[in-house]
Amino acid sequence: MLIELLERLFPRGSDNSRQDVKRRLKLVLAHDRADLPPSVIEAMRKEILEVVSRYVELDDEATEISLENNQRATALIANLQIKRVRPRDETVVDPINAPDLTLTEPVTADSLSNDK
Amino acid sequence: MARIIVITSGKGGVGKTTCTANIGMALAKRRRKVAVIDADFGLRNLDLLLGLENRVVYTAVEVLSGQCRLEQALVKDKRFNNLVLLPAAQNRTKDAVTPDQMRQLVNALARVYEYILIDCPAGIEMGFQNAIAAAKEALIVTTPEIAAVRDADRVIGLLEANNVKRIHLIVNRLKPAMVAANDMMSVEDVQEILAVPLIGVVPDDERVIVSTNKGEPLVLSETPSMAGTAFDNIIRRLEGEKVPFQALSVPDDNFFSRLRKMLSKKVI
Repeated sequence: MLIELLERLFPRGSDNSRQDVKRRLKLVLAHDRADLPPSVIEAMRKEILEVVSRYVELDDEATEISLENNQRATALIANLQIKRVRPRDETVVDPINAPDLTLTEPVTADSLSNDK
Repeated sequence: MARIIVITSGKGGVGKTTCTANIGMALAKRRRKVAVIDADFGLRNLDLLLGLENRVVYTAVEVLSGQCRLEQALVKDKRFNNLVLLPAAQNRTKDAVTPDQMRQLVNALARVYEYILIDCPAGIEMGFQNAIAAAKEALIVTTPEIAAVRDADRVIGLLEANNVKRIHLIVNRLKPAMVAANDMMSVEDVQEILAVPLIGVVPDDERVIVSTNKGEPLVLSETPSMAGTAFDNIIRRLEGEKVPFQALSVPDDNFFSRLRKMLSKKVI
């Protein structure tokens, strides 16, 4: 009660506006410096997740992909939480490089004569 | 070899012109031969801060069009005759000159003067390109505010891309009390984010406004001021001296702020 009253009388102010501004600046500068439009970053994020998901099951909630800066050099930081590793046979087959196993019916002498 | 230094910031209103006027004047006080160039065509102000507005006859534009000689356009300072100002045209836009023409002017001045200081306009368009065209070094002016730091970062990137490699940082208008209260980025914060070496910290000082009112840069004042000392230190560092950074003390607080501070520390 007393503490509440005192706090109202002497507001402490937000102790972290300095931390806020640093956090916001770092994020915006990482993007400015990389000069990548958000659409490109989003496309990159999707593709990275797609590739990784072929091998392991990811926790969608816990994935985080961001750009970070250190001494004027930009880095792409991907933090992907793995739920479980997919067993060998469950690995999603890449549609482009999947072996083509379709066959055509072999032509026999029988069917030729029937056509007549 | 003359040192050709552009003073730039990206964002407007952070103190580029004030810094140019004070650094130029402080160097002149040290008996250096200094030429300051106003590259802000259309919005010139450096003549006002130096108190030389009544002496401007010709500008850089007249020199380039051959209407007058460079010598005639240079305005000699009334206090130190080793300081000259090359004014910008007020009735033109930034497109009135090209980077090549700017280089010509600067190189002509560099034959005679030891320091060429170029006061860059805000923005990153033509005026900026002109101002940095001939520069070998840059002083980035920023305040500890989010927009100013972001723009400074952009400008640093552009300078590096234009082969201006020697870049130093001036943090202007610092309010030590706000930093102490965790409500303003500290010099270390700004430096960590921008990652360029620091050359000066200028505390927020009302006397800067008084000095601009009079057209007398603060470094000329008889009574020492925090900001004036900061500018003197900047030019000493420019000249290669090792000068420790001033401890910027928080102004003595009153009973209530002390009580507040005590409460915020002790309670809970």
